[in-house]
Amino acid sequence: MSRLTPLHAIAHSRSGDKGNRSNISVIAYRPSAYPILLDQLTCEKVYSVFKHKHVTAVARYELPRLSALNFVLDNALEGGVNDGLCVDGHGKTLSSLLLGIELLIPEAEIDEDYPYYP
Amino acid sequence: MTTSITIGSGAGFAGDRFDAAVPVVNTLVGLTGPRYLIYEVMGERTLAIAQKLKRENPQAGYSPWLENYLPEVLKTCMDHQIRIVANFGNANPQAAAQRTLAIAAELGIKGMRVAIVLGDDLLEYTDASLLLKAAPIEGTELLADAHEIHAANAYLGAQPVADALALGADVVLVGRTTDAALVLGPLLHEFQWAADDYDKLACGTVAGHLLECGGQVTGGYFADPGFKEVPDLHQLGFPIVEVDRHGVIVVGKAEGTGGIVSRATVTEQLLYEVHDPVAYLTPDVTVDITRVELEEVEPNRIRVTGPKGSPPPATLKVTVSVDGGWLAEAEISYAGINALRRAELAASTVQQRLQLLSINEPCRIELLGTGAVHDNDQSQRFKQSNAAANFSMNGEFRVRVAIRSRSKVTAQRVADEVLALYCCGPAGGGGVRQSVTEQVSTASVLIDRQLIEQHVRALEVFA
Repeated sequence: MSRLTPLHAIAHSRSGDKGNRSNISVIAYRPSAYPILLDQLTCEKVYSVFKHKHVTAVARYELPRLSALNFVLDNALEGGVNDGLCVDGHGKTLSSLLLGIELLIPEAEIDEDYPYYP
Repeated sequence: MTTSITIGSGAGFAGDRFDAAVPVVNTLVGLTGPRYLIYEVMGERTLAIAQKLKRENPQAGYSPWLENYLPEVLKTCMDHQIRIVANFGNANPQAAAQRTLAIAAELGIKGMRVAIVLGDDLLEYTDASLLLKAAPIEGTELLADAHEIHAANAYLGAQPVADALALGADVVLVGRTTDAALVLGPLLHEFQWAADDYDKLACGTVAGHLLECGGQVTGGYFADPGFKEVPDLHQLGFPIVEVDRHGVIVVGKAEGTGGIVSRATVTEQLLYEVHDPVAYLTPDVTVDITRVELEEVEPNRIRVTGPKGSPPPATLKVTVSVDGGWLAEAEISYAGINALRRAELAASTVQQRLQLLSINEPCRIELLGTGAVHDNDQSQRFKQSNAAANFSMNGEFRVRVAIRSRSKVTAQRVADEVLALYCCGPAGGGGVRQSVTEQVSTASVLIDRQLIEQHVRALEVFA
């Protein structure tokens, strides 16, 4: 059985910036959840989360040894820390936006008391 | 023969905890072998501001944070042969070195030697024409319009840091190098790794990348209560890495501190600010991070192995800073009954005022408390959402207005329009804060490394 659950239930994330580009890592807590990321956390899916930010391209890099994906989002930061007007010019908070995305996750991968179902 | 060296971090950015280095140094004191302490305190903005300060005063332009960090530990480090490598130099390593020697004298430290690295500052030996011709990475449209270039600094690699250590320095102060060079430099110096021993250089670079943000690898910037727990963030232990002659890294942290070192904390930092992990470009080596393996050898100690290296690019990245105009930011709060509608009215009132005043610069007007940092410059997500369903109409919201202008007067005027909401805006607005600050914009270009490296040198500075 799978159910719609935030990515946050199975992965953690950190975002960083270089200029007007943001990178967001997504790291599965357990290696067994990494295939879920590979299958469902596509560039298209990530683009849909950040499209309103005027992102122009999303690249995805795979790190199977670390059960992690690294996303690079072009033009995600309204010009970047030196030129943007967003209060978070670095895009440090973007990792939390991505972790809120809902995936169809097998119940076996989710802790019983996970509190944030949609 | 040295078999392993130990390197601790005292700061991961300008503004990091002043006292974080103390437990790191105390831990290093109890160890043997070559020991180093690094401080990474430079950002792109800091450098541009520092260049301006230096032009106004030849004795200025180094990191003022030096005053906060060094006196805490300098004497202990000297007493125990713990060498310090730091980028307190900013735009003026010479002046940073002289100030460091003066601090040593004030603390009664005798015989301390300080060396610096010069040559990252392209404006010392070239002009704008080279920068305008250079291969762009981003932001270069700024350069064509700029009437003055404030700073142009190349990211140097680790070799000049090793050269400075070879002079016998107790303290090495650099300007713009890669952050990882602060760690790879000591490794090159101690192990004499060859310049084409790329796998080892890759390991040293990964060690540097893991250390460069201080507590971000030991549980800082990691806690997510209920999911990722970190003990005692108020006394977060800063990282200490051991690197052996073969490039095997063990990440740990200072004794008697909070924080946590786990596969998860190390993975987050490993990928921090990385783009293509197969080809992480540095001046010393191109690193394949996807080959890295992490293993917990004991609680709070993670072994890092496997980075692969290949030759570095033939160019160096140069950050060019130009005038970025003025940024005005102003905020006012609304809270309690019907707060959301009052905050929305305040926002639209400012919008209309700017139209009346013919202020046309790009402006961001948003409501903090409605997910503004995740929204775009037009608050599109908020406006398209069902506000009543998603937010408490009676909650707490803060209207924020931000604008950038070439004109300081215009920027100040916008900030003052928020201030004027006190008496001319909706009911119950409070807590106006405003700031108008001069800005620096940056562009990045690639320049043939030979053009730069012929000017790079390490030298000792005397009081």
